[in-house]
Amino acid sequence: MDAQATVTIVIDGREVEARPGSMIIEAADAAEIYIPRFCYHPKLSIAASCRMCLVEVEKAPKPLPACATPVADGMVVQTRSATAVEAQQGTMEFLLINHPLDCPVCDQGGECPLQDQAMGYGQGFSRYREGKRAKAPLDLGPLVATAMTRCIHCTRCVRFGREIAGAIELGATGRGEQMTIETYLNGNGSVDSEVSGNIIDLCPVGALTSKPYRFTARPWELLSHSGVSPHDSLGTNITVQTAHHAVKRVMPRVNESINECWISDRDRFAYEGAECDDRLTEPMVRRREGLAETSWEEALREASAAMQSAAESADAGLAALIHPISSVEECFLLQKIMRGLGSDHIDHRLFQRDFSDDPAAPAYPGLEVPLTDIEPLKGLLLVGCNPRKEAPLLALRIRKMVSQGGMVGAVGPRALDANFDVAVQQCVDPSRLPGALLRLVEKLGATDTELATALQAHPAKNVNGDGPQDHALAELLTQAGSDGAIILGQNALNHADGAALRLAAAKLAQLTGMRLGVLAPANSAGAWWAGAVPHRLPEGVPSKGTGANALEMTDHNVHTALVYGLEPAIDHADPVRLNAMLERAQKVIAFSAFRSAVPDQADLVLPITPYTESSGTFINCNGAMQFSRAALAPRGNSRPGWKVLRVLGNFLSLPDFDYDDISQVSEALKTPPAVTMRPASTDLQNPNQSANERAIAQEAFSLIGELAIYQTDPVVRRSPALAKTRDGLTAKSCRLHPEDLTARGLTEGSEIQVAGGHHRATLQVVADSGVTPGCISVFLGTLETAAFGADVALTIKAVD
Amino acid sequence: MSPICEIRVCLPPEGVDSPWTLASYRERGGYQAWERVLRNQTPREEIIETIKSSGLRGRGGAGFPTGLKLSFMPRDGVGQKYIVCNSDESEPGTFKDRDILRFNPHQVIEGMALAGYAIGATVGFNYIRGEYYEPWQRFEAALAEAREAGLLGDDLMESGIAFELHSQRGAGAYICGEETALLESLEGKKGQPRFKPPFPAQVGAFGKPTTVNNTETLASIPPIVRNGPDWFAKIGVENSGGTKIYSVSGHVNRPGNYEVPMGIPFRDLLVLAGGVQEGRALKAVIPGGSSVPVVPADTIMECTMDYDGLAQAGSALGAGSVIVMDETTCMVEVLERISYFYFVESCGQCTPCREGTGWLYRMIKRIRSGAGTDEDLDRLKSVADRIEGRTICALGDAVAWPVQSFLKHFRHEFEAMIPSREAA
Repeated sequence: MDAQATVTIVIDGREVEARPGSMIIEAADAAEIYIPRFCYHPKLSIAASCRMCLVEVEKAPKPLPACATPVADGMVVQTRSATAVEAQQGTMEFLLINHPLDCPVCDQGGECPLQDQAMGYGQGFSRYREGKRAKAPLDLGPLVATAMTRCIHCTRCVRFGREIAGAIELGATGRGEQMTIETYLNGNGSVDSEVSGNIIDLCPVGALTSKPYRFTARPWELLSHSGVSPHDSLGTNITVQTAHHAVKRVMPRVNESINECWISDRDRFAYEGAECDDRLTEPMVRRREGLAETSWEEALREASAAMQSAAESADAGLAALIHPISSVEECFLLQKIMRGLGSDHIDHRLFQRDFSDDPAAPAYPGLEVPLTDIEPLKGLLLVGCNPRKEAPLLALRIRKMVSQGGMVGAVGPRALDANFDVAVQQCVDPSRLPGALLRLVEKLGATDTELATALQAHPAKNVNGDGPQDHALAELLTQAGSDGAIILGQNALNHADGAALRLAAAKLAQLTGMRLGVLAPANSAGAWWAGAVPHRLPEGVPSKGTGANALEMTDHNVHTALVYGLEPAIDHADPVRLNAMLERAQKVIAFSAFRSAVPDQADLVLPITPYTESSGTFINCNGAMQFSRAALAPRGNSRPGWKVLRVLGNFLSLPDFDYDDISQVSEALKTPPAVTMRPASTDLQNPNQSANERAIAQEAFSLIGELAIYQTDPVVRRSPALAKTRDGLTAKSCRLHPEDLTARGLTEGSEIQVAGGHHRATLQVVADSGVTPGCISVFLGTLETAAFGADVALTIKAVD
Repeated sequence: MSPICEIRVCLPPEGVDSPWTLASYRERGGYQAWERVLRNQTPREEIIETIKSSGLRGRGGAGFPTGLKLSFMPRDGVGQKYIVCNSDESEPGTFKDRDILRFNPHQVIEGMALAGYAIGATVGFNYIRGEYYEPWQRFEAALAEAREAGLLGDDLMESGIAFELHSQRGAGAYICGEETALLESLEGKKGQPRFKPPFPAQVGAFGKPTTVNNTETLASIPPIVRNGPDWFAKIGVENSGGTKIYSVSGHVNRPGNYEVPMGIPFRDLLVLAGGVQEGRALKAVIPGGSSVPVVPADTIMECTMDYDGLAQAGSALGAGSVIVMDETTCMVEVLERISYFYFVESCGQCTPCREGTGWLYRMIKRIRSGAGTDEDLDRLKSVADRIEGRTICALGDAVAWPVQSFLKHFRHEFEAMIPSREAA
């Protein structure tokens, strides 16, 4: 360390270097001298109110809180002197007088900072003879259980909401002994933030505990396994904890470059889906009377026979769809089998609708800007992206960026209900999204005549004239320049004009120097890199280029179809067409962890395990390759997918399938290079013409179709706790602008019939002023709504 | 011996009709100082120096030199600064600011204008205790008069100097008299003290540099600027300039506010207040509001009422709130009432105060109900010691000092209530 940049203080007789302006507790932590604390947390603002960290500082007349006393050169600190110990014991005595001391029945027991520090810094007896305070529990919703009598009022949960989550759901009301943590500021009374589970970890006592985990295990019974959460593309580091052959809970694993010390509720509670009763435990084969259990031997033999004859058939042969929640190894082995049998018909981009830019696409999707570099950004443009619901921890990073003066601009089909300030927001009808971006390209690239010509040719550009925020957005982009980033989300990536959006965003990045990014679902980066796309072999090498993508496949007459890890009735942009394709296929082989996810047409069912029971590698949005370890043995006769595929390769007598260990599979792949989202060409001449200028009937509403936060994959969809959250409960509704509701004489909460091209459903309607007028927002991740995925517009009518 | 009489600096002279009006205030020389400053564009430092040499010390309780406090404000002219008047007078036994606001509101306005000008603040807030409805009305009326007369607003008397003033009513929390809790409340948040540093002079109201002064302190400034610092300093004693309003309550014949020179002997103040009721003997006095240590009769009768005099007696001048108790007073009952007050008024932020105030109150209540034990007395002292100096604000000290001092001087009264002792 630079001597100029540090001061030297003495803690307990040891000389310690410290950063000027830092607090005593930080210097002590760095030197591994433990000072007890409750309200202090390195990621939260300093409250200095619990008074547990009182230490003796030479020349100070009274003990000082180490968390709030800045270091000064030559300062002499005693953490265990008589004065310090007396002060710490005093605080501990006060903390315990009104604490119920119900450790034997408290879920926090055994991992409780209050319990631990009472042992270390308290006295073995109590002098308190008066009655104790009691407080009724709060109902915070399906995730967080409360026992408010245990609360020690450290306000960590309050500060987390206010500072980190950006959701002021908890607050402290009342004075003195009547002070209490309450939800009164929040009309719902519940805690609905998508990162709410972190308050369970932050609570230093048993006041806030995990509702699904409650009373199911003791911390000393738990085995910890380091994993990676596959539900979004951040690669959040988790610890999966098991006992009695079941996952009991998921906790964060600190990784400052990815998730810091937080995880989202999806990362935390999705394990319940993996533990559900809907699990498949035996291979099954179709007999006359239906699907019947069989042996792995027979199932794999039948599968290989079907695949072999498919490869030799005159039809389009073999086609495979794989869910992007699958690991790199699963993607790699599946594509290796497909290609070994001569088929390029493999894809994981289940919801993508425009593939016309495939040849120019980069090696894998991700964010050029490292997650740790988001905080210092000056400007960020979100295109059809709602980070709060798509990748909740990314939103926390953006929130930090905004608090440091960064500006966020958003263009999309709905106003962001963000937990950070959005400086400029342009809401457009989905069909006008490409036009909105192309106008910005034009504004920023007037000198580029070649581009200008290309833009003139693009019919989407002039769809709606000038947008009211065009100027403000262009200014934001120009000012941010190389200190800025553009991120495309779900609504851009899966847009019917997705290619035009991706190319326009790339052009914007090129013109401004901003860094580009795509927030693709789950392990999409890994799937691309492993070659689970028709036009690329592993490591981004172009294939012969005749493979069908996830949408094209559905028009083919496939002999044998493989559906791997997905729920075909839901996990596809056009489940109706996919269903027809499966109907036409000779054989359908379903690799699934869940019984109800298996399509009706399945001839063979191979039970694979969810990520909690399967090791695997995941590549995150910054290209980080991380290994996630299986936390449990496979349930019943199910098997980790990579093992099933490896043996299937042997059954097919394909070469190089003799892996003994999973590490040999991932070692077959190079570490991916740094993310670059620059396409090989920014030629906008050849947009997906079919997608442009769709005729929308006058009475119809443009569809904003997307996956809700707890619908993204078959595992999370099966978590009962997440389904009961506000996000989970509202996922089965449709949303209209309040003016559209009034114009149609509809009332909020009423049931309406929604109809698309070949599907209709009765949905509850919610008034949402964030929805662009003239649009209808429907979450597609349910059996009732998935079939709307292929529509661009829906009609509605009241149900009598 | 000359007759003991009041010298009124902050309170208007007796017998004046409607002293709260602008006309009445002007008759007494009001706003001369402010108008002179506006006319002459007096250098800001000069006003601060004047206040420094007057010996004026904060009248809210801590007694910090006012001129020095004003000089802590950043000198550069950039950015908004604020002057805040603390009229959240809530300490039991204190009622002087109420009378200043009721009878002399313009002097507070002028004092705030002068102090605000001296620190470069163009906006001031007077945070008035919520229960003070009449004083608030008077202050609001005075504000309207002052604005009408061109004494508040933009470009006053074409000097280019601006000063605007707003009042804000509290909502009944004692803790909002603590200056940083007051600022939180002023900002619309839950009133609880901030950890210092940063001090309000760096980060005050709405994050801007702010000076917070007591009502009586600010009301003392116009006469000081008008009559010069020496005039003020000479009224008081060494180290305590000027007059002080003592709010005398309890067992005296004429309770009320008495504005007299700093350093008046307690016995003279007692005479002013008409002596102890019904000629009974004096038992003890709390000389500075309920939070300061109690002083037994013999000691207080030899004391002078100023910062140093009361410090020597083991107590403090506080806000000059003199609670007189005669020989019929049960000291356990008094302490029970005082500790109940702090139990209810603790903001709840810091562990020792949140938990300790209730513990103290319950123990004292139990002792008074006849269910105390020998250990309770030592425990009372020990719990109070564990609160003192361990909290963010001084409320922790305010809780501890009465308990410690009552036990020190009147332990026998507590012991007498413990049944095991009676039996022995």
